[in-house]
Amino acid sequence: MGPEGGAPPAIELTGISKRFGAVQANRDISLTVAKGTIHGIVGENGAGKSTLMSILYGFYRADSGEIRIDGEPCRIHAPRDAIAAGIGMVHQHFMLVDTFTVLENVVLGAEGGALLAAGVAKARAELQRLERDYALEVDIDAVTGTLPVGLQQRVEILKALYRGARILILDEPTGVLTPQEADHLFRILDGLRKQGVTVILITHKLREIMAITDTVSVMRRGEMVAHLTTSETTKEQLAESMVGRKVLLQVDKKPAQPDEPALAVEHLTVADDAGIERVRDIGFSVRAGEIVGIAGVAGNGQSELLEALAGIRPVRQGCVRLSGAEITAEQRRDPKEMRRLRLAHVPEDRQRMGLLTQFEANESAILGYHDDPAYNGPVLMNRGTVVKDCEGKMGLYDVRPDDPLLKTGGFSGGNQQKIVLAREIERDPDVLLVGQPTRGVDIGAIEFIHRRLVALRDAGKAILVVSVELDEIMSLADRILVMFDGRIVGEVAAAEATETMLGLMMAGIDPSETQEATP
Amino acid sequence: MSGPEPTPGVPKWVYIVAMPVVNLAAAFLVSGLVVLLVGEDPLEVVKILLWGAFGFQEAIGYTLYYTTNFIFTGLAVAVAFHCGLFNIGGEGQAYIGGLGVGLACLYLDFLPFPLLLLSVIAAAALFGGAWAFIPAYLQAKRGSHIVITTIMFNFLAATLMVYLMVNVLIEPGQMSPETREFDAAAWLPFAHEALAWIGIGFARSPLNLSFLWALICCVLMWGFIWHTRWGYAVRAVGGNEAAAVYGGISPARTIILAMCISGALAGFLGVNEIMGVQHRLLLDFTAGYGFVGIAVALMGRNHPVGICLAALLFGALYQGGAELAFEVPKMTRDMVVVIQGLVILFSGALEFMFKPYLEAPFLRRRQVGAA
Amino acid sequence: MEAFGLFILILDATLRVSTPLMLAALAGLFSERSGIVDIGLEGKMLGAAFAAAAAAYVTGSPIVGLAAGVAASMLLALLHGFACITHNGNQVVSGVAVNILAAGLSVILGIAWFAQGGQTPQLPEAARFTPLVWPGADLVAGVPLLGPIYSELISGHNLIVYLAVLAVPATWWVLYRTRFGLRLRAVGESPEAVDTAGISVTWLRYRAVLCCGFLCGLAGTYLSVAHNAAFIKDMSAGKGFIALAALIFGKWRPVPVMGACLLFGFLDAVAVRLQGVELPGIGQIPVQFIQALPYLLTVILLAGFIGKAVAPRAIGVPYLKEH
Repeated sequence: MGPEGGAPPAIELTGISKRFGAVQANRDISLTVAKGTIHGIVGENGAGKSTLMSILYGFYRADSGEIRIDGEPCRIHAPRDAIAAGIGMVHQHFMLVDTFTVLENVVLGAEGGALLAAGVAKARAELQRLERDYALEVDIDAVTGTLPVGLQQRVEILKALYRGARILILDEPTGVLTPQEADHLFRILDGLRKQGVTVILITHKLREIMAITDTVSVMRRGEMVAHLTTSETTKEQLAESMVGRKVLLQVDKKPAQPDEPALAVEHLTVADDAGIERVRDIGFSVRAGEIVGIAGVAGNGQSELLEALAGIRPVRQGCVRLSGAEITAEQRRDPKEMRRLRLAHVPEDRQRMGLLTQFEANESAILGYHDDPAYNGPVLMNRGTVVKDCEGKMGLYDVRPDDPLLKTGGFSGGNQQKIVLAREIERDPDVLLVGQPTRGVDIGAIEFIHRRLVALRDAGKAILVVSVELDEIMSLADRILVMFDGRIVGEVAAAEATETMLGLMMAGIDPSETQEATP
Repeated sequence: MSGPEPTPGVPKWVYIVAMPVVNLAAAFLVSGLVVLLVGEDPLEVVKILLWGAFGFQEAIGYTLYYTTNFIFTGLAVAVAFHCGLFNIGGEGQAYIGGLGVGLACLYLDFLPFPLLLLSVIAAAALFGGAWAFIPAYLQAKRGSHIVITTIMFNFLAATLMVYLMVNVLIEPGQMSPETREFDAAAWLPFAHEALAWIGIGFARSPLNLSFLWALICCVLMWGFIWHTRWGYAVRAVGGNEAAAVYGGISPARTIILAMCISGALAGFLGVNEIMGVQHRLLLDFTAGYGFVGIAVALMGRNHPVGICLAALLFGALYQGGAELAFEVPKMTRDMVVVIQGLVILFSGALEFMFKPYLEAPFLRRRQVGAA
Repeated sequence: MEAFGLFILILDATLRVSTPLMLAALAGLFSERSGIVDIGLEGKMLGAAFAAAAAAYVTGSPIVGLAAGVAASMLLALLHGFACITHNGNQVVSGVAVNILAAGLSVILGIAWFAQGGQTPQLPEAARFTPLVWPGADLVAGVPLLGPIYSELISGHNLIVYLAVLAVPATWWVLYRTRFGLRLRAVGESPEAVDTAGISVTWLRYRAVLCCGFLCGLAGTYLSVAHNAAFIKDMSAGKGFIALAALIFGKWRPVPVMGACLLFGFLDAVAVRLQGVELPGIGQIPVQFIQALPYLLTVILLAGFIGKAVAPRAIGVPYLKEH
C-alpha cells in the first residue's frame, strides 16, 4: 500500500528494532499508514504493539530504524518531539492527573507561557470548538478523577487534539469501555478521519478492526507478519496470522462425569477497592468432576469474583457455599480458612499475587501453606523438608531449571506458572480456582497445564477457570458462563458453544434476541 | 536500568560482596577528602583511629561496648526493613526501652539476679516494643505513614523522658535530672569482672555482658527471619503485600509483629547503657545510637552477619574517634558523624550508583561470547 | 491592658519562632508536591545556618551570609536530588544522610575554620539582619490597641521574617498561577502524565528540590544571622522536623501550612511563658506537654482522627519507565 495521489504517507517506519535486556520486543519492523485513514494493529498480548507505538511516541528510543512523518525523516527521542511532529497518543492507562480539572489536564505541557491565565483562557475557547467539532462533550471544569472512564478517555483525545495532533495513536482504547462507550468512541474516530486525522488503533479485538479500520497490520512475537486492507480480509484470516497456527490445540478429554455441587454461589455481590460493585447478584455452582469456564472481556468482574471466592476480598451480599461452610458478608473467611476448606487458587497474576519473586523457588512453593505442620517444627521451619518438597514438585511438573534454591523471579513465565500450579494442585483440593491459566506461557507449557487440569477434573475435583482467551475456555471447560458488567449473562454447554455466540454475550448482547431481530 | 533486581548473567558475589565494598570505599574516600579539606593527613587519621579502636585492651573494650549498642539498633532497623517498613524511631524506642530497664532496676532489685536480669530484658522489650506498637498500629490499621509517625515518636519520647526525669523520677535533693544509683546487685557485670571470674585479666572498660545478649539476638533474629513461619510472613509482607494476602498472611498483624520486635531490639540498648554502664536512669543516654542503626542496617544489608561487621566498624569509629579527638583537636567525634552520613548516603541512597559499572564487565563478556 | 500587652508579646514571639518553620515547611512543600519526600529539611537548615554565619563573619555582610546559606542549602538539595531523582535512591534514606552529614560537617568545618569548638564567632551587629523599624513606629507606640500592634507586631522584625510572610502568598501564586506550579503539582500526582505531555520529569523535580533548597537556606540563615548571632552546634534543634509536621498538618497547601506553622510557633511561645505558671482551675501545665503538642497533633491527624492528610499520590516513588 503506497502513497495515494502523490501525497506522502502520514507515517512511515522502516527497520525499527528494540531490545529490552534479553527480550527482542520489536524486530526490523516496517509500517506505512496513509493520511486520513484508520489503521489497526492487532496481535496477541506481548506481541510488541505497545512497544512499537511507544517508540513512535518517543517514550522509548529504538535501537535502530527510521521514522518518517509526512515524508520527512523525523528524530523522535522524547514525547516532546512526537508532540511537535503532530503525534498524539491515548495510552491504555490514562495519563491524567486525577486531582486536576479537565482544563488543567488539557493545558499541562501546552500552557502557552510562564503564567497560566492567558493560556487557560485560550484553552477554554479552543476546547469548546473542539468539543463541538468532534462531538467530544465533557465538562471542562470537572475534577478528572471523578469522571467515568469513557469521559476520561475523551479528555485524553482532547489533550492530543489541543496540541494539534494530526496523528492519533490509541492503545487498547476499548478495554475499559462499555459497548455503548466504545461505539461512541468509534463515531468520534470516524469524525476525526473525515477531518483528515490519521488514526492508529492498537487492539486485540478483531471485531473492532473489522468495524472501523481501513487497513490493518498484524504483529506476532515482535515482528510484523502481515499488512492487509480491511475490506479484503476476514476475521478468520486475521486470527490465523495473529496466532500463527491454524487451529488451537484441542485438549483431549472424555465427557465430564459431574457429581454433587462442590462450590455454590448465590446472589453474590462484590465491590472493588473503591467500593464500586463489580460483581452483581450472581449465582452458579461448580460440581465435582467438571470444569466450569467463565468467559468475558477483562474487567467485567471476573477478578473480583475470583478474589471473593478465594477469601481475599470480602463478600458484600449473598453467599458462597463450600464443604458445608458458608461465606457471607457477616461470616468472613480469610484465604487461610478457605485453604482449610480444601479450596485452592491459582491467581490471575502470578507476579503480583501468586509468587514472591525475590524469594527462593522453594519458599514460593509453600506460599499459603507456610504454616502447615508438615513444614514446621514447634518453632523453626524445616527448610530441608521445604526444599525437598519443592524438588519433588519440580520433577513432577517438569519445571526447568529444577533448582529449588533459585530465586523465583529467575524462572520463565511458563515455569513460574507451573510452580504455582504444582503448589495448588498437589494439595489435592476439592475445589480449584484458576485465573488466566496460561497467560504469558509458551505453547509447550500450555498443553501441559491444560492436561493437568483435565486430569484433576477426572479425579473428581471441581474446577472453575476464568480466562479472557475464548479458545482456551472453549477447549477446557465443560460448561461456560459468560460474565458481562458484573453479571452472568449466559450459560452454554461447551459442546454447543460457538465463538460468535460467546462473543455476542461477552458484549452484553443476548444471542437469541439478535437472531429474532435479524430474520 | 540500575535497580535492586540482580541482572541475569552476573555472578552473585558482585551484589553480595563487590557492591557493598565499593560503596563503603566511596564513603571512606569522600571522608578522606573531608579530612584533607580541614588540613589533616587522612592516613595519619586512619592510623590513630585504628590504634584508638584496637590498639590496647581498654580500647577494644570500648569499641565492643559501642558495637553492642549498634548491633541492637542495627537489628531493629533491619527487622522492620524486612517487613518493608522504615523504622526511623529506633532512637525513641531505645529511650523508652531504657526507661523500662531503669524502672525494673529501681523497683525490682529485690529479685535474685537471674530473675532480675530476665525482668530487665523483658521490660526493655516491652517498653521499646510498646513505643513501636503505636506507630505500627496506626500504619497497619489507619494507614498513617510510619516514617513520619516514628519521627514524631522520637520527639514524643524525648519530651516524655524530660518530663518524667525532671518531675517524677529525679532523686530528691539532686540538681541534675537523674535517678538514684541502682543497688550494686542490679548492675550487669562488666566484661573485665566476668573475665576475672575465669582468671583472665582485662582492662577496665564499659563493655559488659549485654554484648553477649547482642550476639544472641543476632542468632535469634537470623533464625526468626529465615527459619520460622513468622519470619516468612514478615518477608512476604515486605516483598509483596498482595501475595502475602493471597497466602493468608495478614499484613496488619505482621506489620505490628515486626515493629514490636524492632522496638524491642532497640529497647535492649537500655540494657547495655542503663543496667550495664550508667547504673542510673538519666537523660539523653541514647546519644544518636538509634540513627547509627540505620547506617548499620544499610551497610550490613539487613543480615545479622553484615550487621555485626557494620556495628563493629561503627564501634571502632566511635571509640577511635574519641581517641582521635585527643590526638588531633580538629577531629572531634563529629568526624565520625560525617562518616556515618556518608555511609548512609553511599550504602543506602546511592546503593545502586555503581551497579551498572560493576555489572558491565560480565555483561560485555557474555555478549562477546554470544556473538 | 496588661493582658493585651502580654498577648501582643506572645504573638510577636510566635512570629519569630514561626519564621524558620514557615520557610522550611514551604521548602518541603515544593519538594513533596513534586513527589520527593524530604526529611532532610533539618539538615539543609543546619548547613545553611553554618554557611551563612561563617560567610557573614568573614565578610561582615549579612547579604553575603544569606547567599552562602542559600548556596549551601541548595547544594545539599542537589545531593538529595542526585540520589533520589538521578539514581532512584530511597528518599527517606537520602534525607537521613543529608541530616547526619550536615550535622557532622558543620561542626568539623567550624572547628577547622574558627577553632571555637564547632561554633562560629559572635557576629557583630553589622553582619546580622537587624530589626527594621517601620516609619512612625515610635510615634504611634502610645496609641491604644493599634499602636502596639503596629510598633511591636508589624514593625521591628528583621528582613527574613518579612520574607517568610511574603513567601506564603508567593508560594501560593507560583503553585496555582504559573506554568511551573501546574507542572509541579502534576508531577507529584502523576509523573507519567507529565512525561507523556513532553515535559522532563527529571528537570522538573530538580527545579523543585532547588526551590526547596533555596527556602531552607533562608530558614537556616534566619537561625544564625538574624535570630541569633552565631552558629551553634545542632542549632536547628528539630525545627526541620516540626516544619515537616506542619507541612503534613497543613495538608501540603501553602495557606494551611502557614496556619500550622503559626500554631506550632504559638504553642512554643506559650510554652515559654507558661513555665512554672499556675493556671487557675488547671494548675501547672507541664511545659513538655505543650512542647509535645505539635508532634502529638500531627500523629493524630495522620491517624485520620481529625480530617485526613492525603499526600501527593506519587510521593516517595522514583519515576521509572517500565516495560
